[in-house]
Amino acid sequence: MTMQNLLEANSIRKSFGGFVALDAVDIAVRPGERVGLIGPNGSGKSTLVNCLSGAISSDTGTISFDGRAIERLPAYRRTRLGIVRTFQIPLPFMSMTVVENLTIPLRFAGRHHPGALTVVSDIEQALLILEDVGLRDKASESSARLTQVEMRKLELARAVAARPKLLIADETMAGLSHAEVDEIILLLLKLNDQGIAIIMIEHIMRAVIAFSQRAIVLVAGRKIADDAPDVVMNNAEVVRAYLGE
Amino acid sequence: MRRFPSWVWPIAVAVFTLAVSRLVENEYYMFAGYVVLQYIVLASAWNILGGYAGYVNFGSAAFFAIGAYGTVVLDKLGEPPLVVAILFGGIVASLVGLVTAYLTLRLRGVFFAIATLALAIVLQTLVMNWEFVGGPLGVYTTRPDSITGFPGYVNYLFVVMLVLALISVLVARAIELSFVGRGLAAIRDNELAAECCGVPTFRLKVLAAMLSGGLMGMAGAPFPYYITYLDPNSAFSIAYGINSIAMPLVGGMSHWIGPVIGAVLLAVVQQVATVTISSELNLMIVGVLLISFITLAPNGVVGLFERYRQQRHWRPGK
Repeated sequence: MTMQNLLEANSIRKSFGGFVALDAVDIAVRPGERVGLIGPNGSGKSTLVNCLSGAISSDTGTISFDGRAIERLPAYRRTRLGIVRTFQIPLPFMSMTVVENLTIPLRFAGRHHPGALTVVSDIEQALLILEDVGLRDKASESSARLTQVEMRKLELARAVAARPKLLIADETMAGLSHAEVDEIILLLLKLNDQGIAIIMIEHIMRAVIAFSQRAIVLVAGRKIADDAPDVVMNNAEVVRAYLGE
Repeated sequence: MRRFPSWVWPIAVAVFTLAVSRLVENEYYMFAGYVVLQYIVLASAWNILGGYAGYVNFGSAAFFAIGAYGTVVLDKLGEPPLVVAILFGGIVASLVGLVTAYLTLRLRGVFFAIATLALAIVLQTLVMNWEFVGGPLGVYTTRPDSITGFPGYVNYLFVVMLVLALISVLVARAIELSFVGRGLAAIRDNELAAECCGVPTFRLKVLAAMLSGGLMGMAGAPFPYYITYLDPNSAFSIAYGINSIAMPLVGGMSHWIGPVIGAVLLAVVQQVATVTISSELNLMIVGVLLISFITLAPNGVVGLFERYRQQRHWRPGK
């Protein structure tokens, strides 16, 4: 008997015109699991994230989350159920301060979580989360003035404020320095410690291997490997996809 | 200023205006004041969708005209009390807002703006071909008998519009401060991110479009009795579309007081220009003011004021 999956997507298919971006992809995530999703550029990683989070809808296939069919739900409903994503290019609410950014998910998504504390005000909850990601001293700064790494942290903090059960981190570390990557990995591990399952989409192999318990490889819209990271790295098909013949 | 909650201010101003209205003998001031108040309603209503959610509506005239022609229809069928006409205009206009929202709110930016402009043109063409409300020739509406307690019917209309302006400002303010306003601000900043933060973006936009359209319809409902002769060109006047965008822009779109400031400023300038120079000059004045504000003060009068306050605040050695 296996533990019931938190997320289970079966034969997800998505094409844009004649181009098949995802071809019958299956993906499952257990509660609290750390999964790395890798693949060359254009392999369909972002499309898969979009299909799972509801930003676009898949052509065919089923997605269930917490035992509930969600493939027809709009994105905001999926967020409220606990699938929360971050964006590859940070999309902060520019007219708001850092702390105000967090009040949006706290108000619109977080309160639907049964564990959410109702006695603590939105601002106090937001400050606690900012403390966790190390942005506490930037709380009242305009979000448009943050540095790149701070924006990534805000992106994560805002996702945490939605009280996720599954966090999908889409290339949170692209373009960051070595030390900054380590900082983000530690942060993700800390969130995982709080019981949040995480799918990490990443090009930085070092980060994927350090972080994931399991790695899934997409190539040209198909899943070609799904195993422990060191096993996946030695898979002949994966090596061919990344390094050529 | 801190001692009173800020909702006291619009009410205080309204009471003051009401008192003045009873003292002023010259009917012209009632006529002019009515126009200013009407623009406070239109600008505040426009700002709910345009300023808070970032969806630029070029079709304000359509919603205004729906209110005006709604009254014409009721007037033809029998003399309705003005309150009924206003509610009727508001409901029909907000239903049109609902339909428009479903058809167009999936469009972004300039495509949405063009769609709303098209709405105004389509509706105007329909009215042009509708003989029951006068078609292209227009229609005369006779004012009901004077209302007891008011020196003339225009004074009564002025007070009605004053109440509508007050309602609009309070509605806009309530939205701005509620979680709906926060959600709309998130949509304006980034719709995709808002949706992924749990904001029901489509529902909030539909709500904003209905409120915005409804208030504009209410502003248009008393209009036939105000001018007593309504034709498509005056009901669908381009001035409504342009002014209801220009006023929030000049006043400042981030705060409920912005559209009020803009409406008072632009409407007064236009009224003065109409009397002293010519009525043709109106839209040009709006255009010049609009260009100056967009280039020099993109956040409007409210933005200028906030910048001034921040500078003063920062001065002591920080």
